[in-house]
Amino acid sequence: MGSGPGRHLHVEGRSVLHRLPAHVKLVGLVAFVLAVVAVPSEEHPALGALLALAVVLLLTARVPARHVLPRLAVETPFAVFAVVLPFVAVGPQVALGPVTVSQTGLTAAVALLLKGTTGVLAAVTFAVTTPPRDLVRALQHLRVPDPLVLIASFMVRYLDVVADQLHRMKVARLSRGFSARSVRSWPALAAGTGALFIRSYERGERVHLAMVSRGWSGSMPVTAPLTATGRDWAVGLAPAAVALVVAVSTRMAG
Amino acid sequence: MHVPDGFLDAPTSVATGVVAAGVVGASLVRASRRELDERTAPLAGLVAVFVFAAQMVNFPVGAGTSGHLLGAALAAVLVGPATATLCLAVVLAVQAFLFADGGVTALGTNVVLMGVVGVWVGYAVARGVLALLPRRLASIPVAASAGAFVSVPVAALTFTGLYAVGGAAPIPLGTLAATMVGWHVLIGLGEAAITFLAVTSIVAARPDLVHVARGRMPALELRTPEPVA
Repeated sequence: MGSGPGRHLHVEGRSVLHRLPAHVKLVGLVAFVLAVVAVPSEEHPALGALLALAVVLLLTARVPARHVLPRLAVETPFAVFAVVLPFVAVGPQVALGPVTVSQTGLTAAVALLLKGTTGVLAAVTFAVTTPPRDLVRALQHLRVPDPLVLIASFMVRYLDVVADQLHRMKVARLSRGFSARSVRSWPALAAGTGALFIRSYERGERVHLAMVSRGWSGSMPVTAPLTATGRDWAVGLAPAAVALVVAVSTRMAG
Repeated sequence: MHVPDGFLDAPTSVATGVVAAGVVGASLVRASRRELDERTAPLAGLVAVFVFAAQMVNFPVGAGTSGHLLGAALAAVLVGPATATLCLAVVLAVQAFLFADGGVTALGTNVVLMGVVGVWVGYAVARGVLALLPRRLASIPVAASAGAFVSVPVAALTFTGLYAVGGAAPIPLGTLAATMVGWHVLIGLGEAAITFLAVTSIVAARPDLVHVARGRMPALELRTPEPVA
């Protein structure tokens, strides 16, 4: 079904980032973005440098640009907010061409765009280099409670199955002359959503019974434990360390 | 639409992360006692997939725009609030990590807004409305849509509150709250309509799957044909 919103981002590859253990990347990603968010909003050059770092990281993953660029569209709603922000925020006014805007709003808007874009790029870098299955293994390795790991693993496993089912239902509607153009099409679409729930739930029941009949005892066995060397950790946490140094030094200076 | 990185400052993001982790932990306990047991994890997993897939269905609004279901109240009504919180938390985590949708540091904020406020407000309102309505199957979609309608602006108001604490720039709070609630009342109306229609179709086919209806369903009567002599 093409590259709709239901397709995850992972691309096979052999880059350094692809080979890092998933739990190291996950910790590195969260630490990096948290440090970026902690940089004061006035420090635009520092934030720009961290954005450049995120771009470099994405480039080292060596995935086709046409695969990655459409994903940046998720930024659109908050880019709109950032554009509006200078006009609605309070504080000292400053002339910007023909209009006057709020100085604090302008500063915050630029920082928001820089931080948000850095966050999206870092998350995309993680997503393109990590198979969905490895995200589940990483969560399990990081001692996330079992029920959540199980839910995540079933989600990753059945996402494409249910998305395909949704697609088949759409094709069935279209082939019967349905076209979703106005609010009048809502009953059919919502009934389809209801049917999808029943089908998903019943699929869950069948999966559960099939698992029980194969000896499922209530916990997921760890078949291939993740291991990380000290070098893996050093590589994985390096971007976060850089961002942390920037955050601390800008805070000390400011 | 998920909150991205940098919208709220680092301390607020960490604080919402702690709150989210706390509620998810409590939901784990409640879900295992009252709604699910460990062996039914596939069901919760498929419900999470359903929430994700349901958000992909576009509902045309007119003039070329369309919206989609948020699904927090719907999930709470269908599978119970604790399970719904777990499902929403996993959905949001997977969206953040595998689809880069919603900030990684804003995951706690997003879980609080949708998985906690959206789910529990939606569920509480639905239960409250259901208690007032006659004990009939037709009451269930009405109660569910009321929950969906209220949960959306309440979540928006919660976001406004978080923005007041840790927002990026000072915006007059009254204006922000009025704008957020104004828009989200409209979004809530759409959410309520879709939830009403979807729950109606589920109640017609499998009323036994609707969690909020448990214990409130009219007793089924066994009808057998008169024995033929």
